[in-house]
Amino acid sequence: MLPSDLKPELFKNYPPEAREVVTRHIPALQGLPLSILPSLLREVIDYDFKFPAERKAVDRELANLKAISSDESAVWFAGFAKIKLNSALEDLDWINSPALFVEQLSAYLWTTHQLDAFRVAAVDYAARLEKAAPPVKPVIPRLGIAVIGQGVATPEEPLFRKLRAHGAYFNRIKPENGLRLLLSAVAVRATAHPEPYGHWYIDGGKAAEHDPVLTTVSYGDLEPARTALLRKMREEIDRPGMGPEALRTILAKLRPADLGLGTGDEVLNRFQIRLLTEGSGTQIFSTTFAQWAGRETLRRAQPLTLLVRFAPRQRQKPMNELLSANNDQIEFDPMGSLVDADMGAYYNWLNQQRLPGAEQSSFLVWFEDHGEALAIGPSMPRGTESASTADLAQVLSWMT
Amino acid sequence: MAYGNFLPAKMTPREAAWQLACNRRDFLRAATGAVLGSALMGPFARAVTLPKRRKAVVITFGGGARDQETFAAEGQENIPHLMRELIPQSTFFTQVVNRGILGHYVATASLATGVYETINNFASLPPEHPTAFEYFRKDLKRPSSDAWVVAPSNGFNRIGESSHRSYGSGLGARVLLPKHLLTAATSGGRDYQHLLRDNYETPFYAPELGGSEVELNQLEEILKLSVDEFKAHARTLSSPDELSVYIARQLMRQVAPSLLWITMHDIDIAHAGAYSLYIDGIRRTDRLCAEIWKAIESEPEYAGNTTMFILPDFGRDSDDDSGGNGFQHHRTGDTLSRTTWMMAMGAGVREGVVFDRAVDSTDLVPTLGSMLGFSASLAQGKPIHELL
Repeated sequence: MLPSDLKPELFKNYPPEAREVVTRHIPALQGLPLSILPSLLREVIDYDFKFPAERKAVDRELANLKAISSDESAVWFAGFAKIKLNSALEDLDWINSPALFVEQLSAYLWTTHQLDAFRVAAVDYAARLEKAAPPVKPVIPRLGIAVIGQGVATPEEPLFRKLRAHGAYFNRIKPENGLRLLLSAVAVRATAHPEPYGHWYIDGGKAAEHDPVLTTVSYGDLEPARTALLRKMREEIDRPGMGPEALRTILAKLRPADLGLGTGDEVLNRFQIRLLTEGSGTQIFSTTFAQWAGRETLRRAQPLTLLVRFAPRQRQKPMNELLSANNDQIEFDPMGSLVDADMGAYYNWLNQQRLPGAEQSSFLVWFEDHGEALAIGPSMPRGTESASTADLAQVLSWMT
Repeated sequence: MAYGNFLPAKMTPREAAWQLACNRRDFLRAATGAVLGSALMGPFARAVTLPKRRKAVVITFGGGARDQETFAAEGQENIPHLMRELIPQSTFFTQVVNRGILGHYVATASLATGVYETINNFASLPPEHPTAFEYFRKDLKRPSSDAWVVAPSNGFNRIGESSHRSYGSGLGARVLLPKHLLTAATSGGRDYQHLLRDNYETPFYAPELGGSEVELNQLEEILKLSVDEFKAHARTLSSPDELSVYIARQLMRQVAPSLLWITMHDIDIAHAGAYSLYIDGIRRTDRLCAEIWKAIESEPEYAGNTTMFILPDFGRDSDDDSGGNGFQHHRTGDTLSRTTWMMAMGAGVREGVVFDRAVDSTDLVPTLGSMLGFSASLAQGKPIHELL
């Protein structure tokens, strides 16, 4: 099957909205090289379960494909057209299983030393698309918040080292009611600028009390799903002939109901399942979960507000303890988790800065229940230190 | 699609690789007093003590560490042993480029063959091209006891011997998989799945064995180590790499192979996404490299006639590449994940010298060949003349 053979009836297994979107653009899709088309279909096939920002991105991309001439299309996709595929890839059911195609294409590109050429083609295409159809700026400047260090009295190393050059460091923050102040401020933004999936609270432990106006994901609340997933993975691994690629394919097919998330918000449930099935380490370490959830929220939902609170992860036991008699009890590693979260906060900021409107965005990281924080934003002097005494609400007011 | 929002940095790969190399060079010169190699092609090589047979030990600093956690200014605190003890004694190459597939097994196989292998990283398959061990044994007519691999996981059990029809069967290295031995030694006991998981890229999956790995019942015969001693010592160690180094030291003491390849893997815990554990892995690997060097210097069979190489199989993804997730993986194929370093020290190697020309990962095997006296005739790389 080649792109030129596309017909509307081939998409009959797509969910309703995805089917409607794709069949409106078949002529534009027929001209695309096979090396790139399934990547686009991978986004389209989940259209019904995507966040608004993702839907807009798909719409924008398809509209642009429809708008450009066939000559322009040839230029835009010249790099992809040069990628040589094999018949095994061509014979895959890439219409109904585009994610599987993309996974196998990735392995094929590595093996045939075409990965660099594909990257060049992708970067070139992204630059053209951004120029032709620029992404929409947020209605208000974005605000990111990271709360790190739960359970640590004194850090072993200076905090926020990777972020200090970008903002103002405070060492006399009044910590009282800090988390409550932050959650209240986030809820105020969400109420003032309501937007579906626009304001998020992610917690690496159990979620603290918060306004339901926020979209919330927590590691603690997903414990039954995580347990079910690990059980499922072990069952699959024990099957004869099972390998890592086959396992990934099986995990990709899991639906919320398979892991006990069958009711409620289908879009959010699917997002949570993906955090657990696509994220490496998210099933085991809460700090990894919180960082990855923050990354994926920023990448996919492009929120106006994101508060990520890291919690202590389980301790990785050294070999000698694992070999000893009593190793079943889960222990926590607050100090290691602080190091993880400090890096995770840096990644959250980096990922926020990749979104439209980055020059106006602000970011706050706070050492929970302590006096240290760092604020980044257009109004905050870079690479500075402040000994001012203030609470977190005041710091936020200076930032936004 | 995601491309629109998460664009990589603007620097070209070549510029980025050069920048990495310059950063490493400048830092090393400042920190250790090393001099630029091109200005010092001369008489400072450490003499090879004859007539003992020349030996080589290769350590892969695995599975992959980035500059900012190692040789960049902010990373130096993680590698005190490399910085203070080993680099002053070594010739250091700041720019070693891996142009192959960035999976640990296939990349290590490529290092061992001098050819960019394309085998499935997660299958139990031998390399398709002859390994250094096969060249070494065939050309020099060495017994199987003279070439050994100590590797961390079951996935590496085929690394010692290729499927090449002119080499292959019976000509490769013996392979020791310490974690596999520990699994066998502790069978019937507690569930050690967490400890003995095969690797960090696919933590829930372990391929079946089928190579020439040593089995538990050979432990005593080869290493003069009872199963009980082995288990007791394992209980004092904190990680699989520590177990590997313990086994490697036993091997050096009891068998003294001329070509020994040790693959480290603790750092690859980074795949679990916990930065602190990744840093712990780097610090442990740094310490273990120094321990191996001390063992080389203290073992009569090795002291004075051994060249040691340390190099990562590859790096990890850059923070700047939106397609990855920073230190966690090595999936983007970006410059940072492809550009690493190598240090060589010991017999025949100049001390305190830094070279920043680009060398290739596949140059290692031809270089070993020139040092030890075999011809890596099917390797893609070329001997590194600065080491010869």
